[in-house]
Amino acid sequence: MATVTETPTGGMADSAHLARVTFRIRRFNPESSEHAFWQDFTLDIDPKERVLDALHQIKWEEDGTLTFRRSCAHGICGSDAMRINGKNRLACKTLIKDIADLDGGPKAKPVVIEPLKGMTVQKDLIVDMEPFFQAYRDVMPFLITTGNQPSREHRQSAEQRERFDDTTKCILCAACTGACPVFWNDGQYFGPAAIVNAHRFIFDSRDEGAEQRLEILNDRDGVWRCRTIFNCTDACPRGIEVTKAIQEVKQALITRRF
Amino acid sequence: MQIHTYDTVIVGAGGAGMRAAIEATQRSRTAVLTKLYPTRSHTGAAQGGMAAALANVEDDNWEWHTFDTVKGGDYLVDQDAAEILAKEAIDSVLDLERMGLPFNRTPDGLIDQRRFGGHSRNHGEAPVRRSCYAADRTGHMILQTLYQNCVKEGVEFFNEFYVLDLLLTTVDGVRRTAGVVAYELATGELHVFRAKAVVFASGGNGKFYKVTSNAHTLTGDGQAAAFRRGLPLEDMEFFQFHPTGIWKMGILLTEGARGEGGILRNKDGERFMEKYAPVMKDLASRDVVSRSIYTEIREGRGCGPDGDHVHLDLTHLPPEQLDAKLPDITEFARTYLGIEPYTDPIPIQPTAHYAMGGIPTNVRGEVLSTNTDVVPGLYAAGEVACVSVHGANRLGTNSLLDINVFGRRAGIAAAEYAADADLVELPEDPARFVADEVTRMRGATGNERVTVIRRALQETMDRNAMVFRTEQTLKEALEDITALRKRYRNVSVQDKGRRFNTDLLEALELGNLLDLAEVLVVSALARKESRGGHYREDHPHRDDVNFMRHTMAYREVDSQGNETIRLDYKPVVQTRYQPQERTY
Repeated sequence: MATVTETPTGGMADSAHLARVTFRIRRFNPESSEHAFWQDFTLDIDPKERVLDALHQIKWEEDGTLTFRRSCAHGICGSDAMRINGKNRLACKTLIKDIADLDGGPKAKPVVIEPLKGMTVQKDLIVDMEPFFQAYRDVMPFLITTGNQPSREHRQSAEQRERFDDTTKCILCAACTGACPVFWNDGQYFGPAAIVNAHRFIFDSRDEGAEQRLEILNDRDGVWRCRTIFNCTDACPRGIEVTKAIQEVKQALITRRF
Repeated sequence: MQIHTYDTVIVGAGGAGMRAAIEATQRSRTAVLTKLYPTRSHTGAAQGGMAAALANVEDDNWEWHTFDTVKGGDYLVDQDAAEILAKEAIDSVLDLERMGLPFNRTPDGLIDQRRFGGHSRNHGEAPVRRSCYAADRTGHMILQTLYQNCVKEGVEFFNEFYVLDLLLTTVDGVRRTAGVVAYELATGELHVFRAKAVVFASGGNGKFYKVTSNAHTLTGDGQAAAFRRGLPLEDMEFFQFHPTGIWKMGILLTEGARGEGGILRNKDGERFMEKYAPVMKDLASRDVVSRSIYTEIREGRGCGPDGDHVHLDLTHLPPEQLDAKLPDITEFARTYLGIEPYTDPIPIQPTAHYAMGGIPTNVRGEVLSTNTDVVPGLYAAGEVACVSVHGANRLGTNSLLDINVFGRRAGIAAAEYAADADLVELPEDPARFVADEVTRMRGATGNERVTVIRRALQETMDRNAMVFRTEQTLKEALEDITALRKRYRNVSVQDKGRRFNTDLLEALELGNLLDLAEVLVVSALARKESRGGHYREDHPHRDDVNFMRHTMAYREVDSQGNETIRLDYKPVVQTRYQPQERTY
């Protein structure tokens, strides 16, 4: 294994502080084999680096075939959601020191990296995002108004704006949906992310489409499939209270008040 | 190879591309080709706001905004374009609000506004509240809102389609737009998109710097494709270094932090910007603040054991204000530095941020092939383009504005053109160039690695072509780039497959970065003056006699196949504002 004392990203590395960490990565490339397998890479890396930096170090220094999505590298674009030590996270927002066993000895546990569960794996850590985005599009994720457009802006109080602030933070990374056991068992379920984005409009004082969206979510594959397991809330890299948002949509369906 | 036919093809699904798509889809059969999924684009990383003289919280008007934009750009701005930018800003913000964008609100329920660098009341008297914002997530909200409206309008996307070539066909002596060639990441298949109109909205090219706020994917693909086809690139020497990137990492910390009252301090705790910009202080324009930071560092007043950064101090601001107005950047400090911004200052350094230059266009978004001629059917908008509303230095909050104003204009103009135009014949064997490149790269056996060349490129650019430049440093950069371009011919990739071959993609992206870095350095060498983001220590003053003009760089290939860069110049459009000395 290559030992690299300079980080590829020019990040916070200092060679005195490198630790030896093994990354156990789920590999799959249908071009070469129909079987997925585990592959270990051992790096000397600054634990203050991101998991994404480790993936880059492997790709750039050792194995160019390792494949994953990424873009902004600081938790905004939502490209690099993956399962890291059993929990869905963004690789660019997870520091190695926070998840790795830094013991360094032969018994040190590896960092285990897999693609999101419940989605079709296309190659290594890349999954098919199309069904995820289809569920998003199905909840009509846009402002619906019935005319009387204001000449300038809609008026909205700071309190009304605050009502749906939490769900505006969603970056569509699929960490929540890919963490949901109901979704794992039944890919027809809309999944938490779609409901979060419906919530963002249902509770927006300017919107007039709540009834239509609630009808869509009253479906057998809609909000009632949620079993309040809270995996989605744990997984959200933006700190959205996903389960709470889903509960609020359920309540709105019962009371039709929003 | 597949061939698709559309009226309008838009390349890129960031803010400019999606704003164009919303207009074009309503008027013509439109396809959006994007190398990332929509909402992954770097528009989403913009934080602080979008400028518009709404005058919701204090007196303001679009003429003051025009002046600030012209002055901010050190008078290299085309003033007709800046007037359009500032005037249409108001409707542009209101359009976004009516599309659903969740702006922060005033106590009266109007769109709230805050201060930002270089934006002033009455031609420089004092900072003005002009930035319309949604916490420090304005870019995220714009990107989401535009995608939501693309869903509403049924915009057709081709996701993870990487455009590698622009097709032009000469008809009656005029080069006209015929389409583009795209590489489908999932399959490795090539697709030719025939179109009457093409809009490039593919973003910036900052990844040739090491310390940068840019995404890994900002590799100047659109600029490089146009340049390879003989179209000019304008003002590429003007690159913006944002004053407050996270130390060593380059992650952006919004100027809104200073708009909310944050202060830059050196190792002695001194508020040093008072020395350099007595009126606007920490809210002077970005080029001024970045140079001031490096002056402090060079004169031994930098922080830390190596004295290589300064501090952004937010500790005097109430935690509630930080939570409400700057939630994301304070979280970045906690996540990536382990620093609590309530109580500790944040180490920062200038970070390569934004290309003022790009593919030259007029105010309709039409791409220029010379100083005066346009390429029929070809449009560009956003960071890939140079209108030029940013001149030598862009003001903060004017880029989110630019993508909306000129994205919209380009989308409308392209679709209207497509409504009347006929399809142009495709060139013979239209995908040949891309097919050859891809085949060659996939089969290459050379011993050079992408990562080694890219790192060397980034290091020479950081060392020699950043905030301070001299003839000597630029010549060193040019020598390095020339050598790296030679080595690039021996690059090989490890992944030889067709499916999701990101190894291959990174190699092609590096080729674009090398081409564009060379244009930047050659343009910078010839500009023997200091203006906005381009500062030459050997020519420290602005020279309006010789350099009040836009650089136009062309790629020329002689009969032996040798490539050179030819520089030409284009006059600046001045309407109302005569150049003055620029102080803040």
